[in-house]
Amino acid sequence: MAMTMTEKILAAHAGLSGVHPGQIINAKVDLVLANELSAVVAIEEFGKIRGAEKVFDPRKVVIVPDHFTPNKDIQSAQVAKKVREFALAQQTLYFEVGRTGIEHVLLPEQGLVRPGMLVIGGDSHTCTYGGVGAFATGVGSTDVAVAWALGEVWLKVPPTIRLEFRGKKRPWVSGKDLILYAVARLGVDGATYSALEFTGEGIADLSVAERLTMANMAIEAGAKNGIFAVDAKTESYVRDATDLSYTVYESDPEAEYAQTVVFDMADIEPQVAFPHLPSNSKPVAEAGDLSIDQVVIGSCTNGRIEDLRVAAALLKGKKVHPRVRCIVIPGTQKVYLRALQEGLLETFIQADCVVSTPTCGPCLGGHMGILAEGERCVSTTNRNFVGRMGHVQSEVYLAGPAVAAASALSGQISGPEEL
Amino acid sequence: MIEGNVWKFGRDIDTDLIIAGRYCNISDPDELAKHVFEDFDPTFAGRFVPGDVVVADANFGCGSSREVAPLCLKAAGVAAVVAPFFARIFYRNAINIGLPIFELPDAARYFEQGQGIRIDPDKGTVVNLSDGTSLQAVAFPQFMQKIIGAGGLLQYAGERLRGLENDR
Repeated sequence: MAMTMTEKILAAHAGLSGVHPGQIINAKVDLVLANELSAVVAIEEFGKIRGAEKVFDPRKVVIVPDHFTPNKDIQSAQVAKKVREFALAQQTLYFEVGRTGIEHVLLPEQGLVRPGMLVIGGDSHTCTYGGVGAFATGVGSTDVAVAWALGEVWLKVPPTIRLEFRGKKRPWVSGKDLILYAVARLGVDGATYSALEFTGEGIADLSVAERLTMANMAIEAGAKNGIFAVDAKTESYVRDATDLSYTVYESDPEAEYAQTVVFDMADIEPQVAFPHLPSNSKPVAEAGDLSIDQVVIGSCTNGRIEDLRVAAALLKGKKVHPRVRCIVIPGTQKVYLRALQEGLLETFIQADCVVSTPTCGPCLGGHMGILAEGERCVSTTNRNFVGRMGHVQSEVYLAGPAVAAASALSGQISGPEEL
Repeated sequence: MIEGNVWKFGRDIDTDLIIAGRYCNISDPDELAKHVFEDFDPTFAGRFVPGDVVVADANFGCGSSREVAPLCLKAAGVAAVVAPFFARIFYRNAINIGLPIFELPDAARYFEQGQGIRIDPDKGTVVNLSDGTSLQAVAFPQFMQKIIGAGGLLQYAGERLRGLENDR
């Protein structure tokens, strides 16, 4: 039976020769992720499962404190402490402050997610790992607790929507622009309960970092997972990270897709998503005159070294607009060190940016750059919901690192071509 | 039987609106309930009457996987959420923690703010008590019914864990 990549991974983990969309399966999980906010709830729930004392396999359970760390207040410190104690007692994989980073930047970098794996995580952006050809999806804390106990998860096999990107990227366009464009076309509920499979020449040309960025935002169209075929770039990325083995699954040519959406790369310019939905995207050239107060460059969407390089290239030898606070957040300690070695941090500091330790921080209105009433921020993060980064009357505009850096310099929403 | 008044919401109500990120380090459900829908309407928590029902348009609960979203709705006394469909993580979370949810095509079209609503969870019937319209919610898949029947995912997991251990 012809199957998509997503279907093949699910079938293999359910011990079945084939699966079809709509089928409910019990699948074995290769990795269960939680951050401190989802873990603290999951720990409570785990304690309520009769007979559950130890997690099913401590090497397949990873906990990453990244949202409100380094602890922003007493409440957060209490949460982090409880989670740390659980991780140590259960001997799970655990990344402490100083060794940690933003979960979805960290796990691929550490080789903990690899092609063909089935990963669930107590964070909606777990779908990021489809960028390296894994099936990965976000769940809540109770699902995490149950997977800790059982080593399996129930899943409904999603229909797959194929997104085909034809042609070559225009100048300054990155994976972030492609996904903002695609989410705008699909709508925030356009892929609900579905898998998004990214294909075409435009995708083959992308770096693994850009693919991770795109898979990260599959959830912003409501998708269960986003996934990319494994190619030489993926294999090289994974080999650099780990010696551990993995399995490559390919979609069959005759596999059935719920629909195919074709994009012409010639139509896609650098994008900016206006408040208050990630689907409110338009070309940055059509943004109009909108002055800004803050820029955030980082997050699980765009906190990789490739993103920092793009931003630094634009900021080098220049100064951030005097009215703007520009906050740069490397995604992990490794990204931070690499940025230091490459001289990017010096570029940022000389351009009057602040450089933060890795944290999710401002993305979800936690800390490290909260907005006041009426303030406007261009951010390389993934959500611009009402109140997402602070005051209920603040505004978040989503963009890639090039638009973010260009806007930091000009003091208004602007594209890199305008510099 | 669930009976109360309708609190009407539009489409794409995200989990940040249900409970803002800044409160996600709170685990006490009653404390969370004080901030339910705060960024949507700061007066909501003070005005909401426990036992009332949320009726929303499509894609309720989109965005973050935060389980505190359905938890704080439940703690605030929301008896049920009715919508044409839910974002998938919210759907799982609601079933898992026992917040009653009902998929009702065009739900928002049949109800106005403040109207009376009666839901029979077993039959899936949803009645507008103000105008008498009787509607049928989408039935849960059999597997979900098994989880609901077991008393939630944790109970189901306990049974499953015993089964797996017996197999070993």
